[in-house]
Formats: sequence, C-alpha cells, structure tokens
Amino acid sequence: MSIALPRDLEAFIQRDDAGRGRVELLVNGARCAGCISKIEKAVRGVPGVSAARLNLTTGKLAVELEAGQADPQAVVETVEGLGYRACLFDPAEAKAAQDREGRELALALGVAGFGAGNVMMFTVPAWAGLFGQELNGSTLTLMYWMAAIVATPCALFAGRPFFRSAWASLKRGKANMDVPISIGVILTLIVSFSETILQGRHAYFDAAVTLLFLLLIGRYLDHRLRANARSAARDLLALQTPVAMRLTGDVEQGIPVAEVAVGDRLVIAPGERVPVDGVVESGRSELDNALITGETALAPVGAGARLHAGALNLSGRLVMTATAKSEDSTLAAIARLMEAGAQTRSAYVRLADKAAALYVPVVHTIAALTFVGGWALGLGPREALLRAAAVLIVTCPCALGLAVPAVQIAASSRLFRKGVLVKSGAALERLSEVDHIVFDKTGVLTEGRPRLIDAPAHLIAQAAPLARASRHPLARAMALEAGVGPVATECVETAGQGVEGLIDGRRARLGRAAFVGVEGGDARETELWFGFEGDVKIRFVFEDQLRNDAAETIARLRGLGLSIEVLSGDLAGPVREIARAAGITDWRAGLTPFEKAAIVDALKSSGRKVLMVGDGLNDAAALAKAHASMAPGAAVDAAQNAADLVFTGEGLSVVVEAIETAREARRRALENFGFSALYNLVAAPAAMLGFINPFIAALAMSGSSMVVLLNAARPRLSLRSRR
Amino acid sequence: MNIILFLAPFSVGLGAMGLLAFFWTMRSGQYDDPKGDAARILYDHLDERPDADD
Repeated sequence: MSIALPRDLEAFIQRDDAGRGRVELLVNGARCAGCISKIEKAVRGVPGVSAARLNLTTGKLAVELEAGQADPQAVVETVEGLGYRACLFDPAEAKAAQDREGRELALALGVAGFGAGNVMMFTVPAWAGLFGQELNGSTLTLMYWMAAIVATPCALFAGRPFFRSAWASLKRGKANMDVPISIGVILTLIVSFSETILQGRHAYFDAAVTLLFLLLIGRYLDHRLRANARSAARDLLALQTPVAMRLTGDVEQGIPVAEVAVGDRLVIAPGERVPVDGVVESGRSELDNALITGETALAPVGAGARLHAGALNLSGRLVMTATAKSEDSTLAAIARLMEAGAQTRSAYVRLADKAAALYVPVVHTIAALTFVGGWALGLGPREALLRAAAVLIVTCPCALGLAVPAVQIAASSRLFRKGVLVKSGAALERLSEVDHIVFDKTGVLTEGRPRLIDAPAHLIAQAAPLARASRHPLARAMALEAGVGPVATECVETAGQGVEGLIDGRRARLGRAAFVGVEGGDARETELWFGFEGDVKIRFVFEDQLRNDAAETIARLRGLGLSIEVLSGDLAGPVREIARAAGITDWRAGLTPFEKAAIVDALKSSGRKVLMVGDGLNDAAALAKAHASMAPGAAVDAAQNAADLVFTGEGLSVVVEAIETAREARRRALENFGFSALYNLVAAPAAMLGFINPFIAALAMSGSSMVVLLNAARPRLSLRSRR
Repeated sequence: MNIILFLAPFSVGLGAMGLLAFFWTMRSGQYDDPKGDAARILYDHLDERPDADD
C-alpha cells in the first residue's frame, strides 16, 4: 500500500528510542460517546497506527504510531473524512500543556483539606473546654498533641507554594501577600507548640491548616483561570502551526520556522502563510496581505517578487528563497516593540498586590505593637506573644486572597461562554480601567474577507458555475452569494490568473482582467471579471464589509463613556468609508506598524488608558503597548499572543460585554476588599485585647471567606438575568 | 481513656487512606478527561479502566 505523501510532517512527530512515534491532533466538533467511538475506531484502522485516544475535555486526539510507517496526514484526513475539523498539534506546545503547577496546587489543596478536616476532630473537643465544659488539663494537652501531629506536616506541605513565593519576593526586597501568610502560619505553629508544651489553652493548630486550605482555594481558582485561557489560546494558535516546508533537491521536508536559514528554498502551498521574508523563485499566485499591512486588495506575485512573512498565499504554489531568518527583518523589529510593551505591562500592579502593599506593613506593625505594648503593660511575654499571634491569625488575608480570584473566575467563565478568552486576571483588571479604544479596520471592524457587492442576481447566477469550481477566495465569496447550483465542467485553474471551464457547453473564463481578455483593469480594486468566449465581459467588485453589529457596538461603547478612533494601515478611501459606516469620526490611514505603536504610546503618555483591538502583525506592537488589548480568533498568532483577550465568533459586541464584565468584576473585587477591611477593623482590636480564642478565630476566618465567595458568585447571577 | 489513644490514630489513618486515594487518582490521570470518561461508560467497548499513559 502507499499513500502519497504530499508533505513531510516529521516535525510534528515525537519519537521514542525504539522509533515509535506519537502525534497529537486537535479535533473540533467531537461531543459525545458516539464521536469517540467513531473517531478512535477509524483512526486505529489507519495503517501504521497502533493506538488512538480522544480526550473529550481538551479535544485532543493522541495517536501512537508504529516505527517507520508514520503518516500523520492520513490520520488528519481520516478524521476530517468523518466530518470533524482536525489539525496537528505542535509537540513543544503539547509538552507545555502538561500542567505541573496545577497538579502541585491540587495536591496541596488535598492535603490541606485532609488536615483541616482531621485537626477539627481534636480541636472541637478542645473548644468545648474553652467554655468551661469538662475537659481536664491533661486531656486537653493530649488533644493538642494529636492535633499537632496531624497539622504540622500538613501545614508544611500545603504551605510550600506560599513559602516559596514569599522567599522569592523577599529576595527581591519586596513583600507580597505570601509574606504575611508564611510568617502567620509559621508563627502560629511555633506559638501553638509552645502553648501545648506549657499546657496552655490557646493552641491554633486548626487555624494554621484551615487558613492554608482557604487560601489554596483562591490560589487554585486563579491558576485554573490562567491555565484554561492559556490552553484555549494555544489551541487557537495550533490551527496556524509554525512549520515551513523546506525544499532540498526535490524533496519537501517540514521544519520548524525557527530553523529556516537564509538561502533556504521553501515551498508555500495555496492556503498557507509565508513563513519568513524572501523572494519568489518560481510560481505565480496572489497574496493576501491583510494581516500584515491591513490592505484589503490582493497582491499578484510572480518570480522575483518580495514576500513578507505572514502574508497568506491564495491561489498558486510558490517556491521562494529565504532572505531573512525568522528572527530578523520587519518581524523582529515588531517583536522588539512587543517585548518593550510586555515589560511595561508586567510592571502593572494588580489590585491584590496594591492591597498587600497597604496591608502587610500595617498588620505586622500592629502585631509587633501588640507584643511590645502587651509586655510593657505587664501581660508577660507569653500572653503578649499569644496575642500578637492571634492578631496575625485573625487578620490573615484569607478573604483578601479569595477576594480577587473568586470574582475573576466568575467573570471570565461568563466571558468564556460568550466566546471570549481572558488570558489572565490582570488583563481583566486593566480592561476595567480603559477609557479610550483604538480599533484596527481590516478583520476587526470589518469581517476581514471580501464580499460581492452590487451585482444583479442573474449575472451572479451566470458566473456561479465557474466560481463553484474554484478555491480562490473571491470566487468562493461569489459561490457563497449564489448558493447551491450547477458546477462548470472541464475546469482548469491557472494560479494567480483565474479559472476556465464549460458552462452548458460554452467556454467561459472567470478571473483577472487580463485573463478574461479585458484591457487594463484597476489593480487597486478587488475585482473579478467573467465572460463567455467572444461575448461581453462582466465586472464583479468585492468589498470587505463592515461587521453586522459594528455600528451598534460603537454606539454602545460611546454609551459607556469611551472615546474611539480607528488606526489602519489601509488606504484612506476604504478607511474613511468604513469609519463613517461604523459611526467613528476619528480615523487615520496608511500607518506603519511603528506609527501605530507610537500613537498608542503617545496616548498613554498623555494619560489615556488605551484598549487596542487589532488582528494583524501590524497591530501586534500596538497591542502589546496598549493598556489592554483584544484580538479576534482569526488574528495572526503574534497578535493573539500580544493580546490580553481573544474573542471568537462573528460579532464585535463581545467587546462591550468584555468591558462591562471587567468593570463589574472590579466593583465586586473592591466590595470584597471593603468587606475584608471592615472585618479586620473589628478583628484586629479584638485580638489585641485578648478576646480571641481558637474557636472564635476559626469562626471568623471561615465566615469572612464565605462572605467573600458568595459575593463573588453574585455577578454571574445578576448579569445572567439581565440578558 | 485508652480507647481514645486507639481510636484517634485509627480515624486519622482512615482520613489518610482517603488522601492517598486522592493522590492515586491524580497520578493516574483520572481528572484529565472528565467529559470523555462520562461518555465512555455508555459503550461497552470504550468502557475500559483509566488509561495511565503519561
């Protein structure tokens, strides 16, 4: 048997020592047990496949290949033949997807949960002793010892994520929220041991573990939020895998784009993107530069033409010579700008850290004052230390630690259902502060693909049979407009020119002006010509259309008090038209990527908080520099990487919803902070005065955390009922 | 009183067994594909024991 290998996909295969391979595919559309059964059975039937397993949760199909016989393309085709979309997944990404941090947090959470539950078994009887019930001294001490045996290892294990982060933060000379948590837990354990040894009544073993348990819930939620968004974003990016096809002699071999060297000959099949800058060696085609320059007109290219990385090859097979490595050229300059943007962004101080900066010195000062003051006022060192520890325990930031992640996970899961991926909690916080929006035109305000305009139905019907036979995007747009119907016969497609065929026995051509036999034609216009042999030629004009809900979205954004402008790399004419149709008066056209980034910078330095919405490589630098940024799911990977939020689907209205949700989440988080502050205002003095015993500490801690969690769950309900 | 010395470690041991079980479920990848596992039990030929292939 032999299946023709159209391309070499070795770059996607992970091999073990025995030569057995493993590939991962992303499968779209699998939903039920039937899908699993169908896909796995069909894929196992592919020659060379030894095992296949579909993960329904992540949509990944893991396929084991036998040594030597690997043909991933056959697997992809088999899955697509069943009606699911499938694409190969970069092995480096697959490795990155293994979530080690999440596993560690889950284990710590499990241990803390076990500890919190079992320590209660010994401390609840001890609490009974606090209220004068029968529990004599030696039994109480016994209970505390048993609590110590369970609590200490649990607290030390479950506290590791906090200890590590606190240590790292202290080494940098700063104190984050994990510093008081670590000090609190360790001091609590020490005080509790000394109390137990001295046969005292106030040991807080349960508090130490419960505290960690509650905090780990917040930590785990925060992690899940980031991990989910990251893996979803990775899945989107996998759809445009960075592999270049290198031509050596006449053998094609898939290599990672990073390994392309200057002078390499590369093959670009129709439908693929140009991997690096270069010059066309042979072949004719048309390029879609929309994602790089924002220009909507298609550019015809032939031998000798310059190619820019990221351009989409539409119609013909091209062989090119690389003139730059992937890290050189324009792309690299954009990447440097993006890096600079990412740095300013990482300097952004999150709400929780702002709170920590206030909270840490205050609480530690109060605790220290309690100890020193208590001792000076004649309490004795033991009682003074006990009260200082009580201050640290009751003010320990359980509620603060939960306040932000709980709200953000609620908000971003709501947005996820609307098709918006939030990459991090910080992104939501920045989005909520935005007061000015910059839109890119192509692919953001517009649909980013051509649509036939102003053509009478009977003319479309005449040309449609040829259009249906072609894979060119303009022809497909026409076929879409015409609907289902007959297809021309004996069709021959000439790359970069057009398609020729028989319609009802008459020879006809559809394509560029020169191909159909018309002099001139306007290269700036996106057009197709059609004509029967020796008959009148008809011109079809295509335009990139405004998204359906663009105008409404702009109006709603204005209603939120935001100012709006358009920055585009396209020509002034189309930009003016689209801006007017969308109802935007501020627009600038013909901008280079660097000018866009400079404008965003200028806005920033004038004190505006800019939201950039863009999809192209030319937007990537501006996306990275803006205060917050969004990119549609169809954007180039650089733009998706640079953006804080990625939205899928047809509509633009999700931008409004994202901003509204972010603002709502910020309000909710601030409410939670307010509540925590109020709680601490009551609890800290009570602890200083010695009113806190282990029972009250346990109640206060879990109570305040519950209130914060319930408040976080609220935005989900209220917003859902509003629409 | 002696019964406490016996029962308390015993109950902690029971809890620890639960914790170990949780560790085992994590290690054997039982949280990797909750949707798939829910679907797989519906078909006899798919209803296999959890696959620990990582």
